[in-house]
Amino acid sequence: MMRALTAITAREFAGYFTTPLAFVFIIVFLLANGLATFYLGAYFAMGQADLTSFFMFHPWLYLFFLPAISMRLWAEERRNGSIELLLTLPIPLTAVVIGKYLAALAFSALALALTFPIWLTVNYLGEPDNGVIFASYVGSLMLAGGYLAIGSCLSALTRNQVIAFVISVVVCFLFTVSGAPLVLELFDGWAPQALIETLAGFSLLTHFRAITGGVIDMRDVMFFATLIGVFLTATVIVVDMKKAEGA
Amino acid sequence: MIEVEHLVKKFGDFTAVNDLSFTVARGQVMGFLGPNGAGKSTTMKMITGFLRPSSGTARIMGMDICDHMLAAQRHFGYLPEGAPAWPDMTPRAFLQFITQIRGLDKAAARAAEARAIEMTELHGVLDQPIDTLSKGYRRRVGLAQAIVHDPDVLVMDEPTDGLDPNQKFQVRRAITDMARDKAIIISTHILEEVDAVCGAAMIIDRGQIVAEGTPSALAARSRYSGTVTLTLAHEQLPAAQNLLQNINHRSAELVTRGDESTLHIFAADGTEPGALLADMRAAIGAAGLAPRALALETGRLDDVFGALTGKARPAAAPFHATGMENDKGAAS
Repeated sequence: MMRALTAITAREFAGYFTTPLAFVFIIVFLLANGLATFYLGAYFAMGQADLTSFFMFHPWLYLFFLPAISMRLWAEERRNGSIELLLTLPIPLTAVVIGKYLAALAFSALALALTFPIWLTVNYLGEPDNGVIFASYVGSLMLAGGYLAIGSCLSALTRNQVIAFVISVVVCFLFTVSGAPLVLELFDGWAPQALIETLAGFSLLTHFRAITGGVIDMRDVMFFATLIGVFLTATVIVVDMKKAEGA
Repeated sequence: MIEVEHLVKKFGDFTAVNDLSFTVARGQVMGFLGPNGAGKSTTMKMITGFLRPSSGTARIMGMDICDHMLAAQRHFGYLPEGAPAWPDMTPRAFLQFITQIRGLDKAAARAAEARAIEMTELHGVLDQPIDTLSKGYRRRVGLAQAIVHDPDVLVMDEPTDGLDPNQKFQVRRAITDMARDKAIIISTHILEEVDAVCGAAMIIDRGQIVAEGTPSALAARSRYSGTVTLTLAHEQLPAAQNLLQNINHRSAELVTRGDESTLHIFAADGTEPGALLADMRAAIGAAGLAPRALALETGRLDDVFGALTGKARPAAAPFHATGMENDKGAAS
């Protein structure tokens, strides 16, 4: 079981690098991160030795970058028929779903890890709180995990990668903005406080901001763990349902 | 071995497979015949655990595919329709992935891969991405994947579809070589394939078995089975007509193709086809006629297939020994 899972993850992960797309992706991701941090985030003008202006853009960058990773997870298997091969090998469907997901997560972790020069820079320029930075990296990875789990499930719905991408962006967007001040203000004043809190509670943004504040609260960790668990379970169900249609 | 019991698959109102039961024993190659959409692939998908049956079940080496799916899946190799693989992998990496998934340890895996590569003759393309390979090689990669762990049971959906005659021959030879100690099911709509590799055959149509038996027993169901076939040039037809007048037979039918005419002559009731053949041979010799071929028909699978699956080809024109008005018009 473990060996099969490792095999799935390794195959899938290697699959990202068989085309130059992986390298293009990583380079564009790093450039976008840099631009967001230094221009939009006015990193230098802030005059602070921390990475707030780096991490604050992650939810929005991930919104477009991660569905591009997750879109192929299942859509492509269905399109080229290899899903039939994969699912008639003696491994549980759950292992296949988790194995593929872990490969996508490992790939985005790699992209995230390659932002380390910005960490070196901030340490060169000043004396940042590296504990907060570490917590923020962990939070960023959990955020990525959440987006990828959503993307995995939606990729299983279709055999068209472009459709998988678009739906994933939309759904991830909803899960993100539900905690944005702009949206919450719409409800402010007339909706019951409980509803507003629930809405904000479903937002990846709310929990991500809590962690990048420097505190890894178990409740935020549980939120991401539950979100990932729910969407991976949903992936298992969707894959199983879709194959029953004979496709 | 494979035991299939009352397998049913419904997609909404449509019944794709309707109460199918059969067994395939070790050492047997079962040919699964049927027109496109007859339910061959759906049946194979259920036997291999890809699709859940609406009712009924299948057992692989005694393991129920519904209740013990993973245990059953360890015992078979499966070549799905179209031999899917991951296009960006090389055959070598692909086979290594399969042996890893199937839990072979390193030494056993390398030996198994080498054996599968040997059997499917993949040496030359081991390190090329699969999507750059020809259709024939891709099919063989799929075949290698199915046999790499030396399974007791092999399920192959149209293993030779889209191959050229040489490649077909190679794949069939590989199947025959493996047949001795395995239970094998292959689906096909190529009738010659059944003759070439299968010890038993089943014709299915609209999800049901319409005939089963050995290929020759199935072929014998052809209405042409036991007829004498005489093939000659068009201009020899009047001579043949004269000749038939003096021979005891029930009826005859004419088929023309190109510059040839073929007469199917049915033996009279109660007489042996062999006797008719002997009579014909004697009469032809006496008349000094030189036909292109004269043979006893053992039956043709494609007639049976056509008749049973409702797509019988237009019947040959009756050919009367006397009073044939127009030999050209008689041809359909």
